[in-house]
Amino acid sequence: MEIRPILSSLHKHRVPALLIVLEIALACAVLCNAVFMIGQCIAGVRAPSAIDEQGLSVISLGGIDEAHVESGMARNLAALRAIAGVQAAAAISDVPLGPDIWYDGLTARPDEESQINSSEYFLGSGGEQALGLKLLKGRFFSAEEFADSTLLPSHVSSSHVVLINESDARRMWPGESALGKQIYGDNAAWTVVGVVADVLGQDPNGNGPAGMYSSIFFPQRPSASLNHYVVRSAPQDRDRVLRDALQVLGKLEPGAVLEGKIYADMRADYFADTRDMAWMLMMVCVVMLAVTALGIVGLTSFWVGQRRRQIGIRRAVGASCANILHYFQTENFLLSTAGVVLGVVFGFAVNVYLMENYEVSRMPWYYLGCGALALWLLGQGAVLGPALRAAQVPPVVATRSV
Amino acid sequence: MFAYYLELAFRGLNRNRVLTALMVLAVALGIGACMTTLTVLHVLSGDPLPGRSGSLYYPQLDPRDMDAYTPGVEPPGQLSWIDGMYLLRAKRAKRQALMTGGMVPLQPEQASIDPYHSEARYTTADFFPMFGVPLQYGTAWGDAEDQSKARVVVISAELNNKLFGGKNSVGKTLRLQATDFRIIGVMGDWRPNPHFYDLYMGSYADYEEVYVPLSTARDLHMDHDGSTDCWGNGNTGGQDNLEKAPCTWLQFWVELDDPSSVAAYRSFLQHYSEDQRTAGRFERPVNIRLRNVREWLEFKQVVPSDARLQAWLALGFLVVCLINTVGLMLAKFMRRAAELGVRRALGASRRALFGQLLMESGVIGLVGGLLGLVLALVGLWAVRQQPSDYAKLAHMDAAMLLLTFIVSVVASTLAGVLPAWRACRVAPALQLKAQ
Repeated sequence: MEIRPILSSLHKHRVPALLIVLEIALACAVLCNAVFMIGQCIAGVRAPSAIDEQGLSVISLGGIDEAHVESGMARNLAALRAIAGVQAAAAISDVPLGPDIWYDGLTARPDEESQINSSEYFLGSGGEQALGLKLLKGRFFSAEEFADSTLLPSHVSSSHVVLINESDARRMWPGESALGKQIYGDNAAWTVVGVVADVLGQDPNGNGPAGMYSSIFFPQRPSASLNHYVVRSAPQDRDRVLRDALQVLGKLEPGAVLEGKIYADMRADYFADTRDMAWMLMMVCVVMLAVTALGIVGLTSFWVGQRRRQIGIRRAVGASCANILHYFQTENFLLSTAGVVLGVVFGFAVNVYLMENYEVSRMPWYYLGCGALALWLLGQGAVLGPALRAAQVPPVVATRSV
Repeated sequence: MFAYYLELAFRGLNRNRVLTALMVLAVALGIGACMTTLTVLHVLSGDPLPGRSGSLYYPQLDPRDMDAYTPGVEPPGQLSWIDGMYLLRAKRAKRQALMTGGMVPLQPEQASIDPYHSEARYTTADFFPMFGVPLQYGTAWGDAEDQSKARVVVISAELNNKLFGGKNSVGKTLRLQATDFRIIGVMGDWRPNPHFYDLYMGSYADYEEVYVPLSTARDLHMDHDGSTDCWGNGNTGGQDNLEKAPCTWLQFWVELDDPSSVAAYRSFLQHYSEDQRTAGRFERPVNIRLRNVREWLEFKQVVPSDARLQAWLALGFLVVCLINTVGLMLAKFMRRAAELGVRRALGASRRALFGQLLMESGVIGLVGGLLGLVLALVGLWAVRQQPSDYAKLAHMDAAMLLLTFIVSVVASTLAGVLPAWRACRVAPALQLKAQ
């Protein structure tokens, strides 16, 4: 296909050609960034957490005095474990994505300052099994360690041992085993006795990507700060188990404020905003692509209409239907290419702006590539209809004056 | 003349129906998306207390130690107990209130309502007159109750509806954290947005249900929630020790009516900081702030970045739609070159043709704006179904309604400039010859 005549014809119709290029460029820029943000949203919503998310129910206990929380704990746990279908139950300070936040900066050396907020979890006896932590190395806490540990008035654990996340172990002691190492924070030090598969930190949306998988677990004997009960059961039992558990605790703790939730619902609630954002972006993408396609159809139809005579003449002097079809397809390809090149530049610039002003990370190059490809295909798809109509212009048109 | 052009423009809509429909649709989609996000932004950045917020100020001091000190660093966003109480008792402003928030176990007498954690505000007496809180029954408390740590409570209209069916509940008893409180006032409808006086409980948080004197709350060890920022050895005594701990956890608001009293208050804060530094309690050089409500909200960037991002995205989308409209309008006007040529030959001036074509694009904007308004209303409805705490505020007001049409008409008229200019430059002779 000879390109020169197409170029000179485009040169004559500079303004509409420029408009198509600009439209494709803007659509490409918005599309790349929107799809990238959708990807980030979905990655956040799907972030794995190595606890038994499907089987857990969480009940928070409030409104009773602190001494009572401690003394009632053994009895409450025994009652919870007696419910049919309960595999494990334990008291805990908070669960990942829960409402309470307890951060500390933890380091491998005593004089360092940590730039990351690590989430602290305090487990009552049996908490590892109740959450469903996956032990990768080392061991869980012993009964003595649970009995020995509590929270000092300075809000620091008096325990000597901790469990940490796999990510933290790798970050703090790259290439070494974390077991037996000392971990420092808040003028205290603890020995790592076990490494567990990554558990989400608290409030990953607020804490940023660095602290997402920075979690540390302390043993703790019954005390007031263990004000959540986690109950683990088979996923199909959990609704009934939660109902029964609330009833049982309601009888044992009259006047207490009990709030029970299925863990899967807590997780869904936490990420609801992010999911909505993804849906909104998706809708914008679809509508914008549709508008762009319609724009291309509209302008190309107009073009075809304007050039009916020329097309007729070309057909009369020997051009085939396929020639005409290819002419419009090539023309669109040239315009799309120009648009896409400009769009990739725009898209990159938008990403840089967003990185500076919002919590958006750098967009990998393949998003730009995919966006460009999508706009190319869209352009070719949109031009097909008007081009086919152009190809059907009969040569006899050339002989008519109007 | 104008009416004639308008009539022509409406007739023009009827020609090339497909092209016109595409243009209207493009404008409507762009405007709909844009107005939805702009309305959300407008609601979120609204004035929480119109008429009052200009004279409400939020003093900040810097009592921290020299750890990690850099000159000009922002002082903490809250006050410690010692500083807060000093500023409160100094009474250098027209009114002042020291406050914090928390969750209090509320144990209703009605068996039908299970006990639950209720959002509470612990504050000194001036909170009510200073923020202009309306009371439908009873009164707020005064300095005497603050002094005597009285067991009194003011409740929100919502809680009054929930517990007492909306009837006058003044004098009744409310059980909070196993202590009986006497209800002395029931608030009217009062929900300043954003929740400016304590952003640490969420900027568009659900509103407090119970309001208790600060001294009473501390006396009864009611839990304090929100942010607690400590330095040095931190807080070693738990919640009950917060009065003595090197921690900031209280919000303090003052009412200052004119610039001279603002300046006076600023120098008062300055002197207080200097005195504390001389006394050795403050280690850092004097570092104070005194922002009014608007400045404070701007500084804390309360408008969620998601909302701003969405507005930008929608704006980008509107531009795509408008470029699309320009292209389609170009097609539509050029198709009428023959007609325009005849009219030029009959004596219509270029200016007249230009005006007519612009009017036609403006009318497309008007129709597109109408449809866009419907889309924006649907969009806002969809926003309200979202779970975020600000979602339920998303309603369109008269100003945004008007803005919708202005933006729509102006945008599409601008989009019409280039096509109209090109269309009225046709040479009449050429068009007549082609006929």
